[in-house]
Amino acid sequence: MEEIACRLLVIGAGPGGYVCAIRAGQLGIDTVIVERGRLGGSCLNVGCIPSKALIHVADEFEVLSTAAAGKSAFGLTAHAPKVDFAKAVVWKDEIVHRLNNGVAGLLRKARVKIVHGEARFRDGKTVVVETETGSTLIRAEAVVIAAGSAPVELPFLPFGGDIISSTEALSLAEVPKRLAVVGGGYIGLELGTAFAKFGAKVTVVEALPRILPLYDEELTAPVARRLHELGVEVLAGAKAEGAESGKLRITNGNGQAKKIAADKILVTVGRTPAVAGLGLEELVLDMDGRFIRIGERCETSMRGVYAIGDVTGEPMLAHRAMAQGEMVAEIVAGLPRAWDKRCIPAICFTDPEIVSAGLSPDEARAAGHEIKVGQFPFSANGRAMSRHAERGFVRVVARADHNLVLGVQAVGQGISELAAAFGLAIEMGATLEDIAGTIHAHPTMGEGLQEAALKALGHALHI
Amino acid sequence: MGEHVVKLPDVGEGVAEAELVEWHVKVGDIVREDDLLASVMTDKATVEIPSPVEGEVLWTGGEIGDTLAIGSALVRVKTAGGEAPKAAPPPAPETAEVLPPVEAPKAAAPAAPKPRAPIPEQPLARPAPKREPVAMRRAPGEKPIASPAVRLEAREAGVDLRQVTGSGPGGRVTREDLEAFVARGPDAARSPGLARRTDITEIKIVGLRRRIAEKMALSKARIPHITIVEEVDVTALEDLRAALNKKPTAERPKLTVLPFLMRAMVRALAEQPGLNALFDDDAGIVRQHAGVHIGIATQTPTGLVVPVVKHAEARGLWECAVEVARLAERARDGTASREELSGSTITITSLGPLGAIATTPVINYPEVAIVGVNRMAIRPMWDGRAFVPRKMMNLSSSFDHRVIDGWDAAVFVQRLKELLETPAMLFVDA
Repeated sequence: MEEIACRLLVIGAGPGGYVCAIRAGQLGIDTVIVERGRLGGSCLNVGCIPSKALIHVADEFEVLSTAAAGKSAFGLTAHAPKVDFAKAVVWKDEIVHRLNNGVAGLLRKARVKIVHGEARFRDGKTVVVETETGSTLIRAEAVVIAAGSAPVELPFLPFGGDIISSTEALSLAEVPKRLAVVGGGYIGLELGTAFAKFGAKVTVVEALPRILPLYDEELTAPVARRLHELGVEVLAGAKAEGAESGKLRITNGNGQAKKIAADKILVTVGRTPAVAGLGLEELVLDMDGRFIRIGERCETSMRGVYAIGDVTGEPMLAHRAMAQGEMVAEIVAGLPRAWDKRCIPAICFTDPEIVSAGLSPDEARAAGHEIKVGQFPFSANGRAMSRHAERGFVRVVARADHNLVLGVQAVGQGISELAAAFGLAIEMGATLEDIAGTIHAHPTMGEGLQEAALKALGHALHI
Repeated sequence: MGEHVVKLPDVGEGVAEAELVEWHVKVGDIVREDDLLASVMTDKATVEIPSPVEGEVLWTGGEIGDTLAIGSALVRVKTAGGEAPKAAPPPAPETAEVLPPVEAPKAAAPAAPKPRAPIPEQPLARPAPKREPVAMRRAPGEKPIASPAVRLEAREAGVDLRQVTGSGPGGRVTREDLEAFVARGPDAARSPGLARRTDITEIKIVGLRRRIAEKMALSKARIPHITIVEEVDVTALEDLRAALNKKPTAERPKLTVLPFLMRAMVRALAEQPGLNALFDDDAGIVRQHAGVHIGIATQTPTGLVVPVVKHAEARGLWECAVEVARLAERARDGTASREELSGSTITITSLGPLGAIATTPVINYPEVAIVGVNRMAIRPMWDGRAFVPRKMMNLSSSFDHRVIDGWDAAVFVQRLKELLETPAMLFVDA
């Protein structure tokens, strides 16, 4: 068996793992990264990136479809637009491929050794990797588990055939005529919306009383309205029960059994840590439910073993994993670091988009804060009007006593790009006065942030 | 237009390199002939390098503290006027490199050393802000509010930000708050006006100081010192000295204790030539010198130097005194030549009125002995019947125990004591 000794071994080359490895390489740590699939993990290959590519195509197509239907608000016309879905998938795959190569290049530049294969712990410092050419034994002073997550499978809706996960949904040969989406979270709604724009008849089945249950209703209302406009049927409070020959069996909100005709059934009921087969039973790590329990330095219960990203629990977001990965690399290098981030922004690339950074009003109250809230609607924003994106708002949540900003949320077209400003404000410990006192360029939708802060201070100018 | 390369001249026989201790010019300066370009230091002496030409300084070779080889390029000067040297033919560098007419150091009459040290001063850390931070109460367990940069700084400084009072809006911990906390600690309120200081000033050890450092380290690392402290009753010596000092003249100036000690050492060393020697420990050879060349450790504004009274065995009391005075003067004003600062075979160290009761002198490597003079004081001494006031002075002497046995060292010290306590013996032919 081939043997490799290194200072740091990273298991999984997703956003958390590869960032960790690159940073470790920068710090001069002799690093090996193991990946069983393609570099970039779920995010790059079957998640964030490919879904955003298809959503973009869907948006473009929807503009043409609206024009062709004679419904353009500003006189745009089109005739019988078509989408070559296979070509769209190829374009998406090219983007993914370029990014795969980009990650490989970055790892090379950082002098990280890449080993392709399935990793399995032998003990806390030794991992065996089954590669195409045989087994490799890797001994490392520190190991980072960054194995990521996989879509949750429902026992009564096992994946296969027409029952698909988000992974398959991103590589369909054609747009299904009828798509049933089980799970009204952000993954189901992003993909469901895209397929609706491509012309599929989409039905969303959500067990809870409303879609996007992790966001407050004020934020999700514009999304619900838009889904309705796009012809997406949302069955809230309904439970999927099983599938049979092109039909999804459900029990609706009134307890009645129903069947929904569907060519494809997309199950998006969450993601589960991909730790099976890693041999974690050899380590007997403390767990937190399905997740690996970590401390503020991403350390597990075993010395020298760290865990980052989706295997450590919610929120399962690439940027959280990246920040953890960077931090762990610096810890392994001996630098004093600990997790002290104030917020991890989250975005739904629905239509319109939702951004949330920090605490929502309800969360802030639940945390015992006296708060003030400022909300500014895009209907009063010139740039929003001029890009036909008047729906939505920016909302700022601040402490009532000294105006420290606790959270910023927004819903609106294209406002995902405002996440940077929201996150910066909270991370820097901005007060309402800081945001209100910052000149925001005109005409942009970002002015909504300043106006919301002004509103919370009691003197909004444009409303 | 031409370019003149000023090379580091030969600054003393046998010297292969010199340390750059000061630049008098920088790139872009206009220099006239004989303007000083730089100061370099050899083993002992500082030599100033004048410019042989007039023009603009294009390039300076090396940083302060660098050691330059003799003959290496020191400064490049763009010379105006004159004929352009025919497009500077590249394969004939000799024509462009006129040997600078710089004399050897003894003739170069080096100017006084610059009193200002060639050490770039470190900016002092900013004083802690005067403003008292407004106390912001945070609920227990609540995260401190600070920018990521301040959080990182705190972590690297090992400060728990939860302990730091934030003066910013909303209790935000600013960089100033953190700096004040680091400077004054959490209990700043209890000691108003007394600030912790965390600034560190780095001073590059160059020139004479570096040479002293190297020499001292060499001596202490290689030589196992044995130090003997003995008290000497100098009442008789002092009486003699006072009598001799009554009518000083130019040839016979006032005498210090030093010339008497030098004469005593000459006497004692004649009986113990093994102590007037240099131990070449690499070669394993002790070289006993017939001539007694006594180094006199002398404090100067730039540090310790050791001018040497050559052939003390051939100098009378006043000749010793005159030579010591002359050398001390030249050492203090920095004009002592390399020759005057080297060649000792034994050394005297004296701190004068600061001389303390006892010291542990460090041998001037590769010598094998050093005699330290301590402060003179009137002490009550028992003469067998009563305490009588006597002028007492201690001698603290160190010896290289590799080649000097304790017995021999003790004999030498006792002989010095005997000679100094009965100074007439100094003048009696042995």
